[in-house]
Amino acid sequence: MMTRPSRTASAAGESGKEPIIVVNDLALVVATVNGTGSQTANTALLRSFFSMGIPVHGKNIFPSNIQGLPTWFHIRVDKDGYIARRDPTMLVAYNAQTIDADLRALPKGGVAVVNGDLAPSVQRDDLITYEVPVKELLRATDQKGKLRDYAANMTYVGVLAHLLDVPLAVVEEALAVHFGRRQKLVDLNMVVIRASHEWAVAELEKRDPYRVEPMDATDGLILMTGNEAGALGSVFGGVTVAPWYPITPSTSFIDALREYLRELRQKEDGERSYTVVQSEDELSAIGMVLGAGFAGARALTATSGPGLSLMTEFAGLGYFAEIPGVIWDVQRVGPSTGLPTRTSQGDLAFAYTLGHGDTKHIVLLPSSIEECFEFGWRSLDLADQAQTPVFVLSDLDLGMNTWMGRSFTYPDAPMERGKVMNEEEVAEHGFGRYVDRDGDGITYRTLPGNPNPASAYFTRGTGHNANAVYSERAEDWLENTERLSRKFDTIRELVPASEVDVAPGATVGVIAFGTTRYAIEEARDRLAKRGIHFSTLRLKALPLRPDVRSFVEAHDRVVVVEMNRDAQLAGILRAELPDLAPRIDSVAYLDGMPFTAPFVEERLTPFLMRVAAEVA
Amino acid sequence: MDRTRTVASNAAGLTKAEYGGTPSTLCVGCGHNSIANQIIQVAFELSLKPHEIVKLSGIGCSSKSPAYFLGMSHGFNALHGRMPAVGSGALMGNHTLRAIGVSGDGDTGSIGMGQFKHMLRRNVRMVYLVENNGVYGLTKGQFSATADEGLDLKYAGHNDLPAIDLCLEAIAAGCGFVARSFAGDAKQVRELLKAALSHRGTAFLDIISPCVAFNNDDLSPKSYAYGRDRKSPLQELGWIPKAEEIVLEQGDPGGLSVVELHDGSRLKLRRVEADFDPTDRNASVQRLMVAAQKQEFITGLIHYDPSRPSFAEAARLPEAPLAALPDDRLRPPPEALEGVLQRYR
Repeated sequence: MMTRPSRTASAAGESGKEPIIVVNDLALVVATVNGTGSQTANTALLRSFFSMGIPVHGKNIFPSNIQGLPTWFHIRVDKDGYIARRDPTMLVAYNAQTIDADLRALPKGGVAVVNGDLAPSVQRDDLITYEVPVKELLRATDQKGKLRDYAANMTYVGVLAHLLDVPLAVVEEALAVHFGRRQKLVDLNMVVIRASHEWAVAELEKRDPYRVEPMDATDGLILMTGNEAGALGSVFGGVTVAPWYPITPSTSFIDALREYLRELRQKEDGERSYTVVQSEDELSAIGMVLGAGFAGARALTATSGPGLSLMTEFAGLGYFAEIPGVIWDVQRVGPSTGLPTRTSQGDLAFAYTLGHGDTKHIVLLPSSIEECFEFGWRSLDLADQAQTPVFVLSDLDLGMNTWMGRSFTYPDAPMERGKVMNEEEVAEHGFGRYVDRDGDGITYRTLPGNPNPASAYFTRGTGHNANAVYSERAEDWLENTERLSRKFDTIRELVPASEVDVAPGATVGVIAFGTTRYAIEEARDRLAKRGIHFSTLRLKALPLRPDVRSFVEAHDRVVVVEMNRDAQLAGILRAELPDLAPRIDSVAYLDGMPFTAPFVEERLTPFLMRVAAEVA
Repeated sequence: MDRTRTVASNAAGLTKAEYGGTPSTLCVGCGHNSIANQIIQVAFELSLKPHEIVKLSGIGCSSKSPAYFLGMSHGFNALHGRMPAVGSGALMGNHTLRAIGVSGDGDTGSIGMGQFKHMLRRNVRMVYLVENNGVYGLTKGQFSATADEGLDLKYAGHNDLPAIDLCLEAIAAGCGFVARSFAGDAKQVRELLKAALSHRGTAFLDIISPCVAFNNDDLSPKSYAYGRDRKSPLQELGWIPKAEEIVLEQGDPGGLSVVELHDGSRLKLRRVEADFDPTDRNASVQRLMVAAQKQEFITGLIHYDPSRPSFAEAARLPEAPLAALPDDRLRPPPEALEGVLQRYR
């Protein structure tokens, strides 16, 4: 937003012209060294903006490393609520290793807050640069030893508070939230922040246009990571068994789960209505999920691509033996170990058919913390209802970064436990594990411990007849696998519907899923200002519901936008809607960084123009 | 048929036949069939309630056998080497079940070694049986990791790799009940099974179970003839129910010891090797090492230590199975959600 100054602020501008002030529209990147506590400083900044009522989002671009490698924290402040990644216009340059590249990356007129103790070889006079005497400030505040590195990052908090006009009381409150109200830690950091702020007030002449002003756009909102939201949703979904194996970026899902469970589901005497078990690998984790699911428990695990690869054989067993379980896949960049700390949508096609032979799975596709929470509990319902593994495909960006969201809605329906027969029901109706009594492909099961002798059956991954007895007969195989297909059609009606936004008169539709929505929505609005319109469908689940076919049919051209190289969703759509395949185009791209709106705009424009030309 | 004759039923009101399963499809004479029969016999004698048992297995000849016993119990034939994970999960979901896991030497000693050892560390309530014949049966006779070093077999050729001793592995992993037996010694198998079923953690039974198709040459240490002639029991075993008194016989005191089992029953050990104490972990390990060196086929209770808490105890699980908890124990109320969200505003 460009606006006239509302007060006599010190601001840059060519002499003779009134200075320009840009309010609540900021793309900041903080470049620091991993493991030096910069996360505290960055979180404090993020939360400060949020509590000032300004829409904000942060993305941590971090290395696969414990300490010492470069890390970048992107903060986008946007009065209009756009939170997609944006190329930064303001830089905090506190990392000697990357300072040259970081300075080079700034656009003309960009702002750099530089650690004055570093000596960059890049000199740019087209930037507005502020040098912060970090060592001197630390000396002045008597910071010693190990804490010194941590405190160093607080200097840019103090300087930015001055430059951007963030009240120190707001920063202090943000730190208090971050440290769980441990005042001693807050005080330790505030000493440095205050000193740096005072120094900046006295020594820095404000020459850049950026500042923030309080708004009321975050009232009632929360700030949370997708992993926390998914874990919390799972707690309210009644998860009881959670075996897992550590892997970035899913680990914080289980960390959060364990914390919430301890708080909400552990009795005072220590008795727990759950168990969280660190297994020896991901094979074991999903094996335990299926064992628990077979026994009737609500079980989940969380993993990422490499772990998902290891789970393949069990996923097929879960599908074929029809056992409920939930697998969160917080996607990172593959193949192989790939980029363990970068985001991706590269597991979609793999997860959808995970397992050898004809295997198909339910895949849920959250795009926000609200959906992470909702799919947290809904996935457990769905798994029990459909008696099959359910994969929830989040991604590193959603899972590990902090997002704004509406306060979560408490589950609106009782827990769905699916078709489970008790002792009396078995006596009344008889029991055959894979007998399709309802004609919907979903059969009745019994749980171990059911005292009715007729309830027992032998679960197996081998060919079986309707009574779960081993069978190599072709008819039994066909009957079973065709019923599984029928069941998958039933599932189409059970999974969440797509979010469809039809632009009147639009001939082009865009289909996407997950976190690309933010860049797409922003690009849509930018293009609309240029008079170019397109519809959107945000897919929330596989298998496809009929809404996808209707959407494609209603548009001359559909562009599937996704964060992978091989156009996985486009491939699925073309295969499952073969008659509509010719009108399905693709924008598929993956470099590990979340999409920006200008990128999406640029990539969509040729399609939009071509169709416009065809129509004309 | 004489209709006045009644078939004997046990305290659970069941006949022995009701503990049976579907007819075995394994080879005639397979050691695994004999073990399945002893499981049926023991379940009958102990008046087990079938619905309180869950059967588990991996993949292989051994892993087929849970279909051949306790047909009124739920069962799960899992993946090759992955029974421990599935069994652990099932017992997390319902820790009130008693699990009987049946695996083979390939299933446990090769592909499933990791899962095996980690399950033992967790100490879930399972009787873990390895029906150990030293070969892969369904794929026609390859050596398994427990095959004896130096063994020559028609199909597999010469084995120049050292055998893995699963009992040693079990002790190393912290298992508190480790025994070895021989499928041809039905009585010992039964007594060990009864004791194992009384144990609250994981009880491991390594049962040498000859493969009549691929590894039953009289010279093979995993053959019937070898086991019959060379087995060397460490003790004579007698399982005694909780309520029953122990009657000391003449000459008993010197060589007799009694171990208390978790459920109040006891195992009477009449020592054959007077100075071997299975409750001494070092002695257990040493005895296995010596047996390997001297090529002795020792059987009996090799290690016993009831002190480690079971998984359910360590995990502080409630009395009722997690799978049976009502919704209100699983879904906290709306105020609880509000309380958490408050911290994120």
